[in-house]
Amino acid sequence: MAEISPNQMNYLKKLEKRKRKITAARAAVFVLFFLLWQICSDLEIIDSFIFSSPKDIMLCAANMAVNSSLLFHTAVTAGETIAGFLLSTFLGTALAVILWWNTFLNDVSEPYLVVLNSIPKTALAPVIIVWFGNNISAIIIVALLTSVIVTVLNVLSAFNETDGDMVKLIYTLGGTKKDVLFKVILPANIPAVMNALKVNTGLSFIGTIIGEMLVAKYGLGYLIIYGSQIFRLDMVMMAVVILALLSTVLYKLIVMLEKYIDTKVK
Amino acid sequence: MTDAVKIENLSFSFNTPKGEHFVLKDISFSVADGEFVAIAGPSGCGKSTLLSLIAGLLKPAGGSIKIGDGKKCGYMLQRDYLFEWRSVLSNTCLGAEISKELTDEKRCYALSLLKKYGLADYIKSRPSALSGGMRQRAALIRTLVPQPDILLLDEPFSALDYQTRLNVCQEISDIIKNEGKTAIMVTHDISEAISVSDRVIVLSKTPAVIKGEFKIEMPYGNTRRDDPKFRQYFNSIWKELQDNG
Repeated sequence: MAEISPNQMNYLKKLEKRKRKITAARAAVFVLFFLLWQICSDLEIIDSFIFSSPKDIMLCAANMAVNSSLLFHTAVTAGETIAGFLLSTFLGTALAVILWWNTFLNDVSEPYLVVLNSIPKTALAPVIIVWFGNNISAIIIVALLTSVIVTVLNVLSAFNETDGDMVKLIYTLGGTKKDVLFKVILPANIPAVMNALKVNTGLSFIGTIIGEMLVAKYGLGYLIIYGSQIFRLDMVMMAVVILALLSTVLYKLIVMLEKYIDTKVK
Repeated sequence: MTDAVKIENLSFSFNTPKGEHFVLKDISFSVADGEFVAIAGPSGCGKSTLLSLIAGLLKPAGGSIKIGDGKKCGYMLQRDYLFEWRSVLSNTCLGAEISKELTDEKRCYALSLLKKYGLADYIKSRPSALSGGMRQRAALIRTLVPQPDILLLDEPFSALDYQTRLNVCQEISDIIKNEGKTAIMVTHDISEAISVSDRVIVLSKTPAVIKGEFKIEMPYGNTRRDDPKFRQYFNSIWKELQDNG
């Protein structure tokens, strides 16, 4: 290996230092936020009955962890959300493939897709629960609905923006439309699908929480609505904190999946 | 010598809502087996359309295109379009894969071409590891693997920078000569056309007609550009292109 010049060494050191500083600052913001919250509530600057406090939240979590109901509610929400965004990404991509394939269908459905996309999907949640029952599948359908249309639109536009000469290449090699789909359109647009997956995690969470609030049996959405009804704000805040953690974990998992796909050479 | 391609009274037009756009008008020429023909013309004159017609990607509006018995066409596009999600070897096998002829024999053929033309170390690499010239060679190998008899080259060097372009142009045409293929190359670069081809056909602006044909009588090789005749050919083709009549 070539020797590293002092100049390069300096540069690398600076880079490393900056990285450490950023990590430290991020941790500081996190600690400071919760510390300040706790202090304010201890000194009764804020009313801990309304605003809760980190200590109360942790106590609440510990109590609920003992009878394992916390794990149950978290697992329900995580499961519904994952089912929601996987289904919506898969279904949305499949619909995009159909519309890419059939331009007539594409042109016919375009105005409907645009209108459906602009409807706030959460407005449909009560209807979905009436139709599909007061159960988990209704919640998953709400989660699916929040993100499926936007997936179709995004993935389809990525399909249609694929370089025309790449498509021509397949035809020059004697390929058919099916070859174009499987050899160019799908592999070239994996980044677009992964992006849809990322966006759908967030949207799917919204759908799941709304669904759980309405069905009100279990899940973090249920804890939020139940906690606010009985004025247990520590329970509400705890649920929100767990939601934040959950979405971070899911996001990281998708980034890992993306990296894994990216390193795979055929 | 037999004809590899024979084109008679070919015409073509695109239909748009605003009206019909005539691209080619009454084009007739033939290309002999093993010949390297360059087609020069102003930008947007329908040169690429002509290649697409020969390749059978478009249907002529009038006239006919005859490809010699049992002969196959291979097409090389302006840019290499090597797929980043495939290895170099897998990219070069794409044609065989599409025609469902991807046998071990075909794979070996692709490998032997990659080795022969200096890409042995990059077989498993991704295309981004290759230089501009290497990418173009890999793209040519992808065209060669299905074993076509006639190569259709659509401005294959126009995306390269000038210096790379001179070298790659020579390299690619050496490979084509070496493999004994018939070639039709479309270009807007006159010197490129003269330096590699046996004959240059000049097209007019759209609707394109053949304005002139120049037989290049110089020995093939990289000494052509130094030949005093090079300048003469250049000037007469240039004049032909300028003359809009």
